[in-house]
Amino acid sequence: MAGKPILHYFDGRGRMEPIRWLLAATGEEFEEKFMKTREDLEKLRNDGSLMFQQVPMVEIDGMKLVQTKAILNYIAAKHNLYGKDIKERALIDMYTEGMADLNEMIIYYPSLPPGDKEGRLTQIKEKARNRYFPAFEKVLKSHGQDYLVGNRLSKADVHLTELLYHTEELDSTVLANFPLLKALRTRVSNLPTMKKFLQPGSQRKPFDDEKCVEAVKKIFS
Amino acid sequence: MAAKPKLYYFNGRGRMESIRWLLAAAGVEFEEEFIETREHYEKLQKDGCLLFGQVPLVEIDGMMLTQTRAILSYLAAKYNLYGKDLKERVRIDMYTDGTLDLMIMIARAAFQPPKEKEENYAEIMKKAKTRYFPTFEKILKDHGEDFLVGNKFSWADIQLLEAILMVEELDAPVLSDFPLLKAFKTRISNIPTIKKFLQHGSQRKPPPDSHYVEVVKTVLQF
Repeated sequence: MAGKPILHYFDGRGRMEPIRWLLAATGEEFEEKFMKTREDLEKLRNDGSLMFQQVPMVEIDGMKLVQTKAILNYIAAKHNLYGKDIKERALIDMYTEGMADLNEMIIYYPSLPPGDKEGRLTQIKEKARNRYFPAFEKVLKSHGQDYLVGNRLSKADVHLTELLYHTEELDSTVLANFPLLKALRTRVSNLPTMKKFLQPGSQRKPFDDEKCVEAVKKIFS
Repeated sequence: MAAKPKLYYFNGRGRMESIRWLLAAAGVEFEEEFIETREHYEKLQKDGCLLFGQVPLVEIDGMMLTQTRAILSYLAAKYNLYGKDLKERVRIDMYTDGTLDLMIMIARAAFQPPKEKEENYAEIMKKAKTRYFPTFEKILKDHGEDFLVGNKFSWADIQLLEAILMVEELDAPVLSDFPLLKAFKTRISNIPTIKKFLQHGSQRKPPPDSHYVEVVKTVLQF
């Protein structure tokens, strides 16, 4: 029997958080090895464990996978969270890529110099409220179903739920005009695996605070 | 009979070029509608064709697909260029994500002012020579096969060739330390559909020039 997946990253959200969410949604238990020092990163590099010398890296099913999107696609396909055919997969991919673009702005927000934070926050709010959330609200409205694609749970719903929580942390009223997104978030949050993950004590990571940002700078600089 | 896929983008490489390569390699004929004015772009947005208000847009099989990677993955799967199982697919995803990252860095550099552009190109060359090309050279060395994954032509091979040619445009002798990549380049370039795409008169686009940069900046207003 294969061992549990092992996630190699620092102890913070960064680019690994969507992977934690997706694995949690599937119910597949996973372990984490946190990099704390520059030496930890160098060791992984020197071991040949990191294909492009970068993390995230996930050991799973006898492979050492890198590239966040590749990892997420693999987990989703393995656990049937990737639609029923290539057309559904294309929709899931299209929605997920848009979410990743917004998430990219959010991931780097904690590490920005104080002078740049306000401008970025304005940008995040503007894009969430005017570009991304209206698009997803419209998708849900257009078919009236409980989930984004194919009337069943997919990776797109898990990623969106995570994104909605994280955006709300930065903009507390962002969901005011998006009732269907709110409903989707509630629905996904109430799934047994997600409910468990959302409780304290799970492997879910808090907002990357200053201490985390400092630690990460030491590893990657 | 299905209509040809239709590509909506600027008349240049940008984020659409990898899609053109994939279609061409698969032997699929496609049409193109070039965006040259702000008005044209706004019309596409108002018509509801652009899910997030952005291009590339590919009209295919009754869908208005946006987001470069979503389009590429769909095409790779549709034309059997995505490996035979999930384990091959994840390897193809890893490799193409890497090469796409590199090519997007090159595409973005064209929009920088001269000093930043030079710095970016230097950074790109460093990444190509010390991160990406050594990785792919090793992959080819380790299995000794003609193609990157599963001993069969796939999306990963098309994109690696595209990336190699793009980097060579910045620094012609870059493959001098990578004999297997050199052989790979020759081999993949000689595949009939790709050979045809590499000839003059194909839908392959030239490197970005100042005119292209101007058009994009005007249309996207930045």
